[in-house]
Amino acid sequence: MSTLSEEFLRRIREAHTRRALSWGERIYLPAIAQGLWVTSVHFWRNLLLHLAHRLGLFRHIPASVTIQYPDQQRQTSPRLRTRHRLMQREDGTPRCVGCMLCETVCPAKCIYITPAEHPDPNIEKYAKSFDLDLGKCVYCGYCVEVCPEDAIRMDTQRHDIAAFSRDGMWLDIVELLHPGSKHPTDPPKKFVQLALEDFRQLKRERPT
Amino acid sequence: MVTDLLIKLALAGTVLFAVLNLAGIQTWVERKQSALMQDRVGANRAYFTVPWWLGGAPVNWLLRKLGGLGLLHPLADILKLLTKEDFIPATGNRVLHAIAPWLSVFFALIAFAAIPFGDRLMVCGRTIELQVAHLDAALLYVLALASIGTYGVILAGMASGSNLATLGGLRAASQMLAYEIALGVSLIGTIVWYGTLDLQQIIRLQGTSPLGWGFVAQPIGCLIFMTAALAETKRVPFDLPEGEPEIIGYFTEYSGMKFGLFFLTDFVETVLVASMTTVLFFGGWQVPWLPADAFSLNVMALLGVAAFTLKVAFFLWLFMAIRWTLPRFRYDQLMRLGWKVLFPLSIANIGITGIVRLVVR
Repeated sequence: MSTLSEEFLRRIREAHTRRALSWGERIYLPAIAQGLWVTSVHFWRNLLLHLAHRLGLFRHIPASVTIQYPDQQRQTSPRLRTRHRLMQREDGTPRCVGCMLCETVCPAKCIYITPAEHPDPNIEKYAKSFDLDLGKCVYCGYCVEVCPEDAIRMDTQRHDIAAFSRDGMWLDIVELLHPGSKHPTDPPKKFVQLALEDFRQLKRERPT
Repeated sequence: MVTDLLIKLALAGTVLFAVLNLAGIQTWVERKQSALMQDRVGANRAYFTVPWWLGGAPVNWLLRKLGGLGLLHPLADILKLLTKEDFIPATGNRVLHAIAPWLSVFFALIAFAAIPFGDRLMVCGRTIELQVAHLDAALLYVLALASIGTYGVILAGMASGSNLATLGGLRAASQMLAYEIALGVSLIGTIVWYGTLDLQQIIRLQGTSPLGWGFVAQPIGCLIFMTAALAETKRVPFDLPEGEPEIIGYFTEYSGMKFGLFFLTDFVETVLVASMTTVLFFGGWQVPWLPADAFSLNVMALLGVAAFTLKVAFFLWLFMAIRWTLPRFRYDQLMRLGWKVLFPLSIANIGITGIVRLVVR
């Protein structure tokens, strides 16, 4: 009876026996010439294209696949989960109603919310402070999906998340509402608590 | 007497200047050529600016353009290597450790003394051969120096007091042994064909027509020589002594400019190999199909120098292309290629050359 293991052994043996090389393959030279041909074609094509680009010709044909990163950024799909931001109302106050769903659902436990009562009876609460520790975040996007108010989104297209310390990965509510307002060298601020008037003030300082 | 000395000094200075610059430029060529071959951009970020009293804006504009081409990277390299800590391991031999890189770069550089880079110049009734040392046995001289250069590498491996470096040194020794023989024997065919060891004479005998050049007369010898010479430079298909991913190599324990000297040696040797290939098999300074009396003697000599430089540049490009195309040999493959393929082939080449020479004569 031919067992499975025999068949398995035969296959292993087959995989380990190499095909004998023909004479043309053993003298290497044709293969070397082929390889040199491929690389040389790339070399001359790219060289001529680079020269043409200098003269302003054939700009639509790229001469290299390189993205010059800090100067150029890769175009990513809008659905890509990138750094978080908090949405604002018209007056600059956060859209967040402090329901704590995102803080509850977060598997990495990286969201910290302090809710406060909102003077408007139609709005439940507002987030006095909303902190997110990117050092813990796993970019699962559950916070975005669970939010009933569409107050948190992950669509800033920011990948340049870097800091000089673990604390530097901490985002306070100002940075979340206005992405890019914090510089990597700024000292980290935690649990920044703002009143509604402070949010409006921030909005007025940054018109965009 | 003094004039002769000055002329020789000027020639030596010219050759050293050209060779060292070619070697330096090769670090740039290596980066840029590999980048172009792999659809990348390559080094383009190193540049510096000068204050206004050194030229200011126009100079800075030029520096930025040069930096964009990556031409300032060799400078950055040298700055980095010079400012690094020079470390000698406690188990190593201090004297030999310090001597080894100089030994290897020294012998690679003085081999250029015998390379003829042009025909003769006539200045003020004085004939100047464009060759630093006019030796009758120039070919043997170059081969001998190429072999002695290996001592630097072996010493570096032995004096470091590190297992990896010793292994690298031993590999270098056995690789040099395997290829040095093929290198020497492959050239016997050339010597038989032209009947001289004088490189200047070999170039003259090759004539202006490319059909009379060495690679037509000695196709197998040319191929063997180029392969063995590539192995001699210890660059990629044959970089077993340095093989970064496996044993790191004979310069494991070297840092700073001493490591830089080994790197320089590699590039200088590549230039040496390119010039030797040009001289022996591609007509040296002969300009293709240009009749000998087309221009005056001096113009012809300068044209010859230009032709020689262009040919060397082409071979540098070719060797660089080979270096970035082929993967590294396995050690046993390397040894088999050296001892079982190249060596018998070069011996056969001698026999065939001898017979053909007799028949043609």
